[in-house]
Amino acid sequence: MTVASTSSTSASPSASPATSASGESLLSLRGLSKTFDLSPPLLNRMIERKGKSFLRAVDGLDIDIPRGTTFSLVGESGCGKSTVAKLVVGLHAATRGKIRFDGTDLTGLHASARGAYRQRIQMIFQDPYASLNPRWRVRDIIAEPLRSFSITSGRAEEQREVGRLLEMVGLSAQDGDKFPHQFSGGQRQRISIARAISSKPDFLVCDEPTSALDVSVQSQVLNLMRDLQAELGLTYLFISHDLAVVDFMSDYVGVMYLGRLVEAGPAQRIFEAPEHPYTRLLMDTVPDITMARRDRVPVTGEVPNPITPPPGCSFNPRCPLASDICRAQSPELVAREGGTRVACHAVTGADGSSGRPAGAAHSPGARARGVA
Amino acid sequence: MTAQSNTSPLLAVRDLSICFDTRHGPLRAVDGITFDLAPGEILGMVGESGAGKSLTGTAITGLLERPGRIDRGEIRFEGQRIDNLPAEAMRRLRGRKIGAIFQDPLTSLNPLMTVGQQLIQTIRTHMNLSREAARRRAIEFLSEVGIPAPDARIDQYPHQFSGGMRQRVVIALALCAEPSLVIADEPTTALDVSIQAQILDLLKRMCREHGAAVILVTHDMGVIAETADRVAVMYSGRVVEIGPVEKVVRAPHHPYTKGLMQSIPRIGSNAERLTQIDGAMPRLTDLPEGCAFHPRCPRAFDACRAAKPAPVPVEGGAVACHLYQGEPA
Ligand SMILES: Nc1ncnc2c1ncn2[C@@H]1O[C@H](COP(=O)(O)OP(=O)(O)OP(=O)(O)O)[C@@H](O)[C@H]1O
Ligand SMILES: Nc1ncnc2c1ncn2[C@@H]1O[C@H](COP(=O)(O)OP(=O)(O)OP(=O)(O)O)[C@@H](O)[C@H]1O
Ligand code: SF4
Ligand code: SF4
Ligand SMILES: [Mg+2]
Ligand SMILES: [Mg+2]
Repeated sequence: MTVASTSSTSASPSASPATSASGESLLSLRGLSKTFDLSPPLLNRMIERKGKSFLRAVDGLDIDIPRGTTFSLVGESGCGKSTVAKLVVGLHAATRGKIRFDGTDLTGLHASARGAYRQRIQMIFQDPYASLNPRWRVRDIIAEPLRSFSITSGRAEEQREVGRLLEMVGLSAQDGDKFPHQFSGGQRQRISIARAISSKPDFLVCDEPTSALDVSVQSQVLNLMRDLQAELGLTYLFISHDLAVVDFMSDYVGVMYLGRLVEAGPAQRIFEAPEHPYTRLLMDTVPDITMARRDRVPVTGEVPNPITPPPGCSFNPRCPLASDICRAQSPELVAREGGTRVACHAVTGADGSSGRPAGAAHSPGARARGVA
Repeated sequence: MTAQSNTSPLLAVRDLSICFDTRHGPLRAVDGITFDLAPGEILGMVGESGAGKSLTGTAITGLLERPGRIDRGEIRFEGQRIDNLPAEAMRRLRGRKIGAIFQDPLTSLNPLMTVGQQLIQTIRTHMNLSREAARRRAIEFLSEVGIPAPDARIDQYPHQFSGGMRQRVVIALALCAEPSLVIADEPTTALDVSIQAQILDLLKRMCREHGAAVILVTHDMGVIAETADRVAVMYSGRVVEIGPVEKVVRAPHHPYTKGLMQSIPRIGSNAERLTQIDGAMPRLTDLPEGCAFHPRCPRAFDACRAAKPAPVPVEGGAVACHLYQGEPA
């Protein structure tokens, strides 16, 4: 992240080795960063003698998502996942970095030029209620993208398509007559899924798309999303805190901590042999229906304050492996055996230990440039 | 379904039914629910999306809105009927004694007020505290729900919080007056596992230390398994199975509960597809005769299409399914 963020912010337009190597990435993020200004108004600052305060929600993210695959972001609440999602769909402007979609840098585009991509990139929001207009009938909510992108011609075809979409997500065509508040939480989430896929996007950003669904409806929706992906070649940026869901959906996984990527790579590898201490902790805290760990202890230690992150590796106050270098120097992402990238001094041996090669010999200090 | 005979319940729900008046007549969304909740107990509530879990919680908190109404049954809290209380009396009860965490975190927060203003207002409405004491308490509660740097964050607006942080503010709002009954509707859905554990811990602690009782609505069976004492499974407006959590999770009786347990995705299963219960829950406008689950039930037989199964006792709980009718208690 830090490596490539510096190179990409210094505006070298072709700084996307992964893309050129595979030539297949539909979405590439390079050094993507978002800083929020949390300062109180100037007058208050003068009265209370406070300085400006900033929050780095996303810090130098490098991600490639090959066409037709699913890349999942995981990490604890507030680590920046939704901010990445909103940057990608253009709801936030990036503070730094690039968002390349199908070869075009979206960050450099004017709002008007970006419009063309709005049909191709759709989003399912984390809060299904807030994203549905309460005064519109569900029929019109779902038909709106159909109309604005002239996907259907004529009222009859539009209604047929809306009915088909509703049935696809397990609702019925007649439900189109109702308003959002007449549905349960899970039903509303399905409405927002129907709306998001109505414009036949090729890239879908899904922010906790099934978190309000019971497990059997969740299975239906996730199976449907995989079917759509197979049929239409969809590419997903997927966000979920449910690691079993992530495991099922993903080709690639990126683990975020306090705005940064700490480990990323092929999903199977991350689940089978996680290397970063935070990823390991994350995998350990999965609730268990066997109830064997009824008194499971949460990740200990103070949740860090993103406004004044700890120096060095931001995970160091909670990390069982932290050493002096961790408090001084922020670790860079380093390519590892198995196609992953990990940012941790202990894993890469920069702390003076011999490193923690997960089963295999580690590639010494190769800079992270790999896919995903 | 089965009443607990020994301790007097904090909450007793009897044959609760909720319907919506429409142009085409009333639609029954909740159909005769009965359960008890003892002080200090956590009752998990799971079930199909749209089964009526949130409506049940809304009715208990007295927030059911027209055209919805309770058309049968009663709700008792500390022995007193609350389903017919005047709005003002209910409003006082809610917040002070009954805390509610709703499914839509954003809609329960005022976007124009800072998080702190909202917390302080709630605390001062229900507790006799000075502004400064209320603010200290608010900060304490933000830190209890795992918001980092609460003393800085308290002066921010809801939109400056992440989805999971907003959810936690809603939880803090519901719990800050230490209610004796908490209705928690999907309180941890958008939270990662470690924060989730912290919130569940907080709920458990309130039960243990203050004897508070919790109705925990969630689709996350792991959360239920770790937190709840008993669990009620809902399908199409009815409780189809209720019992001690380890019984229902490990050895479910009802075919719907069995399907639900099999649908839980597991890490490392390398599944091509997730198990799902095929079909959809019936619409309120065309509920099937007999057992509402029969069009999807792998074990349906003639009786299922003819009559609604009544709950019968099984191993410390009850199940409503014709397969178990007549089984001795
Ligand atoms: N205002 C309303 N008008 C008409 N029907 C409604 C209204 N509110 C809820 N319903 C219906 O009542 C049923 C139960 O809704 P409820 O919100 O209780 O479901 P739920 O079990 O909480 O589901 P979920 O898990 O999806 O949140 C649903 O079928 C819903 O469509
Ligand atoms: N509009 C905003 N103004 C100020 N700060 C913001 C804004 N949006 C997000 N933040 C902050 O940025 C950080 C990351 O937020 P984000 O919503 O991306 O988290 P998340 O990973 O999606 O968390 P969750 O799992 O809780 O949804 C948080 O500390 C949040 O408070
Ligand atoms: S860099 Fe140090 S503190 Fe950070 S995760 Fe690795 S060992 Fe822990
Ligand atoms: S009553 Fe019949 S249809 Fe209903 S769950 Fe039992 S076996 Fe299945
Ligand atoms: Mg989020
Ligand atoms: Mg609900």
